[in-house]
Amino acid sequence: CIVHTGRTLLRTTTTTIKMRSCVLSVLLLNVYYTCVSSLYFHIGETEKKCFIEEIPDETMIIGNYRTQLYDKQKEEYLPATQGLGMFVEVKDPDEKVILSRQYGSEGRFTFTSHTPGEHRICLHSNSSKFALFAGGMLRVHLDIQVGEHTNNYAEIAAKDKLTELQLRVRQLVEQVDQIQKEQNYQRYREERFRQTSESTNQRVLWWSIVQTLILVAIGFWQMKHLKSFFEAKKLV
Amino acid sequence: MCSYHGTIRVLVQVLWALLLCGWAFGSELTFELPDNAKQCFYEDITIGTKCTLEFQVVTGGHYDVDCRLEDADGTVLYKEMKKQYDSFTFMAAKNGTYKFCFSNEFSTFTHKTVYFDFQVGEDPPLFPNENRVTALTQMESACVSIHEALKSVIDYQTHFRLREAQGRSRAEDLNTRVAFWSIGEAFILLVVSISQVVLLRSFFSDRKTTTTRVGS
Repeated sequence: CIVHTGRTLLRTTTTTIKMRSCVLSVLLLNVYYTCVSSLYFHIGETEKKCFIEEIPDETMIIGNYRTQLYDKQKEEYLPATQGLGMFVEVKDPDEKVILSRQYGSEGRFTFTSHTPGEHRICLHSNSSKFALFAGGMLRVHLDIQVGEHTNNYAEIAAKDKLTELQLRVRQLVEQVDQIQKEQNYQRYREERFRQTSESTNQRVLWWSIVQTLILVAIGFWQMKHLKSFFEAKKLV
Repeated sequence: MCSYHGTIRVLVQVLWALLLCGWAFGSELTFELPDNAKQCFYEDITIGTKCTLEFQVVTGGHYDVDCRLEDADGTVLYKEMKKQYDSFTFMAAKNGTYKFCFSNEFSTFTHKTVYFDFQVGEDPPLFPNENRVTALTQMESACVSIHEALKSVIDYQTHFRLREAQGRSRAEDLNTRVAFWSIGEAFILLVVSISQVVLLRSFFSDRKTTTTRVGS
């Protein structure tokens, strides 16, 4: 009987702890979320701001943004109204659109690159009513994480049940992976650079020869033509 | 006993959350700066944090940009005109919003692409050191030093990538310019030589001039 009560007590205590941790995790996530985007800039009504990320292929990018609108009455920046969202468009190196979505005043966008190169991430607000901006600017907090930084190690540790040392080694493996991908991309870029330089070399060579030939041919033609002209005129 | 442990764990989590806020992240962005434009970025920094601003112009014109860093009261901490690449480290002496601006106002028609890396404070630790009362083991400290070394490798890779992008854009520019001007020059050559001959001929041609009528 005592053992049974003891077990129930233990169960109740465990449930209380679980609940409390659950509440705390939610609080933690909220706090973490508001802390995440600390760098900000101002964007106008119809302005489009683009950011470029030059990345190797199979690299994940996570972007977090948070908007604030200037409130004239309170004379400070407050979280934007519900209707105001941001339009996010991501283009790959071949100018193909790989992500084109509208998000609310706070959003998180993720994409993975399939071709190496310059990806453009463009943001602009979807507002069409001038009244919303009231001549002011929209404040956008932005944070873009690339490659290894996108990994959530707490999640990985929990999922794969890793010890502290194993998690550290996993982080090192991810970092080395990113370095390796970047090196491969570097090789591809260097090849393109080399091709461009060789093409310039060829062009300079051929056009110099062609221009010299044109010059010589034109010279001959001029002399011949003028000679026949002056002979006809009986001046020579 | 169990609820005491639970409370401690909860408190530690809260502490970790607060600490995480203290470890502000670094931001690394590449953006386009149109001609005659100025782009400013702001960040709230707490006093005593070591911050580093690094920027590099990737493409455009003479690959230079004006940069200006101001603290919360508007005091200029760093100001350079027409710089291609620079790195500036400072210790935040005041709490508040720090502002740094890149300006391309001196340029009339070249867009610039600028990369910057603004590191505020330290990177967040891998996970909360809940029972970290003992020092790190040899394995763990080796892991930490490898991690730091790899971070600097990635940093060097980024700078190398940017330099290579700069070189590549100059080479591609040169390539198109060579093609354009070669064709242009060949055309000009033909036009000038033919017009020379035509002009010379006109000097010696019979004047079929209208004879002025003498008298009425």
